[in-house]
Amino acid sequence: MEIKDGLYYSEDHEWVRVEGDKAYIGLTDFAQEHLGDIVFVEAPDLDGQFEAGAVIGAIESVKAVSDMHTPVSGKVLAANEILDDSPDLLNKDPYGQHIAVLEMADRADLDKLMSSADYAAFCDKEAE
Amino acid sequence: MSKLIFEKSVPGARAFALPSCNVPEPGELPDSFLRQEDALLPEVSEVEVVRHYTELSQRSYGVDNGFYPLGSCTMKYNPKIDEWAARLPGFANIHPYQVEETVQGALELMFDLEEMLREITGMDRFTLQPAAGAHGEMTGVMIIKAYHNHRQDLHRTKMIVPDSAHGTNPATAHMAGFEVIEVKSNERGLVDIDDLRSLMSDQVAGLMLTNPNTLGLFEEEIQGIAEVVHAAGGLLYYDGANANAIMGVARPGDMGFDVCHLNLHKTFGTPHGGGGPGSGPIGVKAFLADFLPVPVVVKRDGRFALDYDLPLSIGKVQSFYGNFGVMVKAYAYIKALGASGILEACENAVLNANYIRTRLRGHYDIPYDRLCKHEFVASATKQKKEHGVSALDVAKSLIDYGYHPPTIYFPLIAEEAMMIEPTETETRERLDDFVEAMLAIARDAVEHPEQVKDAPRKAVIRRVDETGAARNPVLKWTP
Repeated sequence: MEIKDGLYYSEDHEWVRVEGDKAYIGLTDFAQEHLGDIVFVEAPDLDGQFEAGAVIGAIESVKAVSDMHTPVSGKVLAANEILDDSPDLLNKDPYGQHIAVLEMADRADLDKLMSSADYAAFCDKEAE
Repeated sequence: MSKLIFEKSVPGARAFALPSCNVPEPGELPDSFLRQEDALLPEVSEVEVVRHYTELSQRSYGVDNGFYPLGSCTMKYNPKIDEWAARLPGFANIHPYQVEETVQGALELMFDLEEMLREITGMDRFTLQPAAGAHGEMTGVMIIKAYHNHRQDLHRTKMIVPDSAHGTNPATAHMAGFEVIEVKSNERGLVDIDDLRSLMSDQVAGLMLTNPNTLGLFEEEIQGIAEVVHAAGGLLYYDGANANAIMGVARPGDMGFDVCHLNLHKTFGTPHGGGGPGSGPIGVKAFLADFLPVPVVVKRDGRFALDYDLPLSIGKVQSFYGNFGVMVKAYAYIKALGASGILEACENAVLNANYIRTRLRGHYDIPYDRLCKHEFVASATKQKKEHGVSALDVAKSLIDYGYHPPTIYFPLIAEEAMMIEPTETETRERLDDFVEAMLAIARDAVEHPEQVKDAPRKAVIRRVDETGAARNPVLKWTP
């Protein structure tokens, strides 16, 4: 299982990549492995305002439909439209494909997230 | 795979010959409403039509073919005498618009069925209208909403469901306009009552709960749960999908539930899953009876009547009075078993589940390995970790052993879940044979995992591409 350095991680198995005020949000390798083949991504509404931890969309796999949370508060600037036709990219390249881009409302949200090392330990514990 | 009936079409082939029409043509219909070209119906001879559908019918699998341990679905044997009862001309040949005086027997059956369901559940009034379990849930949650609204308690916008809930619970709450709040399960697989307490507020309309839950475990703290919900002004909804595990022993009404549904097509032995329509009656405590759908069956001066005079009713939820034929079958089922038979069926359902659970122990992980009710969850985590064989592979492999697979990947709180519900109608020999198949698959997973991953190998249709079907669904045939 791959965990990428330089990203922030949530307990809901989402990653956040920060570029300036923008937060790119995606699913971790751990998450896609557990979900199985992803068949549909319900993207968040553009310009929607969300609090950290809120449900912004849904991920449907052959096993189940799961909520997609945002680890940070903010406004949705864009969704990754490639996933409309190719949701399987989340399985193939979980860190290469973001699901949404948010304009962060509060950088302090990042302090509540995990580093790659902390997230690796978190996953080990979950897998037990 | 054989051809579709459309692919068998040959121009000019006919399975029927209608005489010429002796009714005047509807000349006054506007052209825009008339079909300009023939409907694209398949043209097939009568014998080929019969062969086509006979072949399909022989490929289908139901409880009359074999064991069907589909968790949460209670695929028990459907006694044939119930079919006889539903086909009695007095029940089968009546019309919903007949005057009440001419259908007294049918109304009496509905009245008596309601009384029996009241006794089994401990609820005060029932509606027999909902056509299935999820429809019953919707009706029940609408009644909860109507109750709060009637009391001018207008801020209850949230419905709590456990993380182990049937998917229909959050879907129902959402459909009824509630925000769905998830309550966590504790390490024993039961509702975390502290988490529930922290979620309760004057904004919560209620809690939807199934007991035993989807792990087949009885919510031992149900009275404490009911107190927490009621103290904050919420109502308790009982999802009756698992009622087979408690009937004759414990009653939702005594546990503190305010609304409950029953699946006649699960618990009370009527066919389902393609075998017939369902029926999901709703029972309520007396203080909610005014909100029930209309009409309700009442008895006045020794005569039975349909009462539409419920001013607070949420309205009708189904055309006419519900799936009446299913009611007849459930009535016959309950009458045939009697009180002692209902209890015995429940006890055997629990015994059978525990028998399979203990026999699979050591071969498969059992995430919550203690006394269960009518079903339990096994897991393929060991097979997945050691041999790459998943719950899906085990399920597909069971097809090769002649069995319908159990429910898999549900409940979501168990990894690689396989939810097994044998029901009370299976014999010891059948259970043993199923266990042997499961043990053989566990051995196959070690010795030749590639074969398990390739299963089913003996079925007419081999492993289907479920991912491809979901990602690129082909929903209609094109020539």
